[in-house]
Amino acid sequence: MTGQDAPGGSGPAIDIRSVCKSYTRGQQTVPVLQNVSFHIAKGEFVALMGPSGSGKSTLLNLIAGIDRVDSGSIFVSGADITTLSESELARWRSRSVGFIFQFYNLIPVLTALENVELPLLLTPLSARERRKHAEAALALVGLADRMDHKPSELSGGQQQRTAIARAIVTDPDILVADEPTGDLDRVSAGEILDLMAGLSESLNKTIVMVTHDPRAAQRAHLVRSLEKGLLIDAGNGAEGGNGNADAPLHS
Amino acid sequence: MALLVSYSLRNLLARRMTTVLTAGGMALVVFVFAAALMLAEGLRSTLVQTGTPGNALVLRKGSKSEIESVVERGVASLVETRSEIARDADGSALAASEVVVLINLAKRGTGEASNVMLRGIGQKSLALRPQVRLVSGRMPRFGSSEIVAGEGVARRFKGAGLGEKLRFGMREWTVVGIFDAGATGFNSEIWGDVDQFMNAFRRNAYTLLLVRLVSEDSLGAFRNGVEADPRLKLDVKAEAVFYAEQSEMMAKFLKILGVSLTAIFSIGAMIGAMITMHAAVAGRVGEIGTLRALGFPRRSILTAFVLEALFLGLLGGAVGLLAASGLQLFTISTMNFQTFSELAFGFSLTPGIVILSLAFGTGMGLLGGLIPALRAARIKIVDALRAV
Repeated sequence: MTGQDAPGGSGPAIDIRSVCKSYTRGQQTVPVLQNVSFHIAKGEFVALMGPSGSGKSTLLNLIAGIDRVDSGSIFVSGADITTLSESELARWRSRSVGFIFQFYNLIPVLTALENVELPLLLTPLSARERRKHAEAALALVGLADRMDHKPSELSGGQQQRTAIARAIVTDPDILVADEPTGDLDRVSAGEILDLMAGLSESLNKTIVMVTHDPRAAQRAHLVRSLEKGLLIDAGNGAEGGNGNADAPLHS
Repeated sequence: MALLVSYSLRNLLARRMTTVLTAGGMALVVFVFAAALMLAEGLRSTLVQTGTPGNALVLRKGSKSEIESVVERGVASLVETRSEIARDADGSALAASEVVVLINLAKRGTGEASNVMLRGIGQKSLALRPQVRLVSGRMPRFGSSEIVAGEGVARRFKGAGLGEKLRFGMREWTVVGIFDAGATGFNSEIWGDVDQFMNAFRRNAYTLLLVRLVSEDSLGAFRNGVEADPRLKLDVKAEAVFYAEQSEMMAKFLKILGVSLTAIFSIGAMIGAMITMHAAVAGRVGEIGTLRALGFPRRSILTAFVLEALFLGLLGGAVGLLAASGLQLFTISTMNFQTFSELAFGFSLTPGIVILSLAFGTGMGLLGGLIPALRAARIKIVDALRAV
């Protein structure tokens, strides 16, 4: 079925297989994700929804390779990232993942251009090429005239655009976004969602977005809902969250 | 790498107040450290320069300082006949029998009494000490109650200026000249005719005999000859070595005092630097998480924070050193406990002290920054990101 509704779908970009994850709080072990399986086709824009503590951010972190599964595996573009070592994972992230955070996470002492250039430091590109790429990415998000501004001199929406430019500057396979509109007013949020939808459409980027906001979720091609660590059917209650999660749930 | 360096630098600039205070603390420590070394070095170079290569001092056996020594007239004449001593054009030995006496003089301003060394000089004393130069007036006439004062004495003691009169040895003495002996101990002495001084102080023996050797290599032969002669009971020392030994105890004392003070201060400064770096880490945990998420390895994070600490230390070191270098304008006068006389010397900055001080500053920064940097690099990405 993979992504028949998604533009440019051709085999799963992300394949999550029986992933379990729990946290230890004091003496107690709290299960966060229980045997979650599903996949996301290339070019798809997926929204992960669910109440607080449902495990959606944990799932996003696992997909992005900044946290480790307890069991199960996650294939991104065919490679199992759960088997990678710490440094291999860091290298993989720098090449394959673009991050968009709720609070933008720009480095306050660097300019917009330098912030966007940051991930390129991990590539063999020359300084001139890095600058060219960063400028192009900023132009793409409509900030060509704000390159030399520090984050504190930019509005929330502009900061998030800068963060998106930083996320796409290395041309990664997937973009992960954790509440990207959570800190923005309605207008800015709308613009950011337009931008993300545009990236999915025109650049065929696979986007996984965690959100609380139903309006944000509406812009995704499909919505997956989590509750208490289980994947459930967004509209029709529990889907079970194990194995047979192929059929995407449309928003 | 350039962006990483500028990231570290700009983080320091962004927290200007903290940076200034922390670097200021380290600067103070480096200042004390450099000042102590400069003082010890100043003292050492003053006393080392006091000697002239090729000159040898003949003193009573076992004398550790000039004032302990006594050389009988007859003994001095005997030594002067030795062949290792260079000769003048007229065939006389290039040697001077001198007497050294300590007197008490009142300081200008405070009127406080302090010891000053009198040196009764012979006809050849001046020729044997080329570093001594008359800056005003003239040299005393032999056979008269005329004296010349070293610049240091003339400046600091009452009645020691040009044309002024001093009273000691139950006589009045006129200062007819001021001499400059560079950065040597002679600058803190008063010189006059050796025979006049011996009369005034009722001495019938010299203190020491200063000789110019035929060559520096003949010191060994001269020493062996003199020390082997059972009539003499004398020690022979190279002049430069003798004066260097005079400073040993003082220089060691200053160095130990300086280094132990610095050690105590630097612990405080290091804790300060650590607190600053810890605060820097705590305030930027989110940033660290972001950088790690973007794929920066732990190594880079460590490098960035260590760089920041190094910059901080280097800044502190440079400022402290700059302040310390200003001390070169000051002259210190102190009692040299080995000769019991006043000795004036300056702070002396050498390239070695510059390097040592800067290394000390950066080392302090590095030590202060390393633990917080290691902590910064070890935070789990997910935990770090929560701190945004």
